[in-house]
Amino acid sequence: MLSFIARRLGLAALVALTVSALSFGLLFLSGDPASAIAGEGANDADIAAIRSFYGFDRPVIVQYGDWLWSALHGDFGQSYYFQLPVSSLIADRLSVTMTLGVCGIVFALAVAIPLGVAAAVRPNSIVDRLALFLSVVGQAMPSFWFGLLLIVLFAVKLGWLPPSGTQSWTNFVMPTVVLGYYAMPAIMRLTRAGMLEVLGADYIRTARAKGAGEWRVLFKHALRNAVIPVVSLAAVQMGFMLGGSIVVESVFALHGAGFLAWESIGRNDLPTVQALILIFSMFYIVFTFLADILNAWLDPRMRTG
Amino acid sequence: MSAATDAKDLSSDTTGVTADPPLGPGRMAALRGRIFGHAGFMIGAGVLLLIVLLALFAPLLAPHDPYAQNLMMRMKPPVFLGGTWEHPLGTDLLGRDFLSRLLYGARVSLLIGIVAALISGVIGTTMGVLAGYFDGRVDAVVTFLINCRLAMPVVLVALAIVAVFGGSLTVVVTVLGLLLWDRFAVVMRASTRQIRSREYVTAARAIGCSVPRIVLTEIMPNLFNNLIVVATLEMAHAILLEAALSFLGLGVQPPTPSWGLMVSEGKQMLLFNPWMITIPGIALFALVLAINLLGDGLRDVTAPENRN
Repeated sequence: MLSFIARRLGLAALVALTVSALSFGLLFLSGDPASAIAGEGANDADIAAIRSFYGFDRPVIVQYGDWLWSALHGDFGQSYYFQLPVSSLIADRLSVTMTLGVCGIVFALAVAIPLGVAAAVRPNSIVDRLALFLSVVGQAMPSFWFGLLLIVLFAVKLGWLPPSGTQSWTNFVMPTVVLGYYAMPAIMRLTRAGMLEVLGADYIRTARAKGAGEWRVLFKHALRNAVIPVVSLAAVQMGFMLGGSIVVESVFALHGAGFLAWESIGRNDLPTVQALILIFSMFYIVFTFLADILNAWLDPRMRTG
Repeated sequence: MSAATDAKDLSSDTTGVTADPPLGPGRMAALRGRIFGHAGFMIGAGVLLLIVLLALFAPLLAPHDPYAQNLMMRMKPPVFLGGTWEHPLGTDLLGRDFLSRLLYGARVSLLIGIVAALISGVIGTTMGVLAGYFDGRVDAVVTFLINCRLAMPVVLVALAIVAVFGGSLTVVVTVLGLLLWDRFAVVMRASTRQIRSREYVTAARAIGCSVPRIVLTEIMPNLFNNLIVVATLEMAHAILLEAALSFLGLGVQPPTPSWGLMVSEGKQMLLFNPWMITIPGIALFALVLAINLLGDGLRDVTAPENRN
């Protein structure tokens, strides 16, 4: 188990390093950052001064090493737009995105698991068809459009929820539903498939033969085993969701890290964009790493991979 | 991180490899029966065909020029909300005919979906087949690249790159094509691994066929079904992403009629004219739903043993 963890950790670190190099490389795709900061109408002397001030005149590899070293210490440089340290800008925005991500995954699990179980207990029943319908619709619904429809209904027509902003918990209700709905189909399908497989197993028949109640069989015996792959899928989905929250946050003007990323791209604020790409990647890497460890812990057969 | 985790959640629905013998007349009839008996497939195929025809014949069908502005005729409602037949679906903020823009928008979405799926299909299939056929180091490198790709937040990276290179149709479609190859690679890798150990591949190797020949004539034909299924899913994915990018203002740029852009423009009028976001949204939803139904149907039809 320990060597498995060590191997996975090494791989995760290597992926993180590669992704960090790619997100740093973005800066150099965009041409000369110094003249971009100086703006139009700046003379050559100004641009040269900015270049040496930000250190753009050094070799790329030195700049990357420097950036990575600082990033490891939590320092992502100065935001061009706010003239503030990127790390302090991101810190409070991240808590909004994390809240949204956690609410979203909890919502998705709370809907998907009962639905998946119900669908597996009676395949091809009304419930099963409804579950299938919900997941097919969920995969085809553009999230920004779904968000706008919710705004039209619950904020404009009914006036129950605020359409945008970050002031209170009511602002999180609609974004949670939109983000969670997006993660739901995969979780539901996996729960259903797992339950179908487990319900045909011998030990379930044994449990029934011993006279265990139907609920006890379903939740204590069957779901426990069927849910193992769902746990790791949920962790991976969580990583995807945080990266995908950019769309949802901009629809609802929820001032989280995704919204900041969108604004920063519009403002050409590259240090902030780089930092956010790196941070969202790190979330994904950490969550999949945890999912792998969890998997290996729950199911020793996975430890060889 | 592990290929196991990724392969499981990304391809749980498409890993079934179908290595059928050549179709005889009896099998052909059975296949036809499955195709016509599959409601989802028929609905998906029908709707998709309709949208493709509308897109192809947009110049003939559109009542107006999709770019022609008429500021005297701004935000006229559709005919079912009290508008006139002059503009059956009303007009937008600049007085452009909504129906015409919708028809031309279908071209943008389909083009993005098809080209992005082609680009990512070529990249992903090459990587997946290489990794599946040659084990060991090649496999390790490809798996690593897949993991790196999965770790990058797609929307954010796409937005950033489009912001750098400017939002033209070419840039958007290239970026999406370069970002969406992961599922192709995962599925093709898993499928190739399964096929590699079949007897006919061993036989081909035994009689001394070269590796390219084995890959092209023994393996690729058997990957085809899975490839088509993944391609439909990725096409839908690319269409949704383009719409999201355009909605966020960093995809296809105005005045190109893109459905995502139309939703974004209608958003300003959310309070008074909700139909301006509803109509392009329904179009987008119908197209993606049709492609997904077609893909799911194809999987059921070509590999009925994998249905749950």
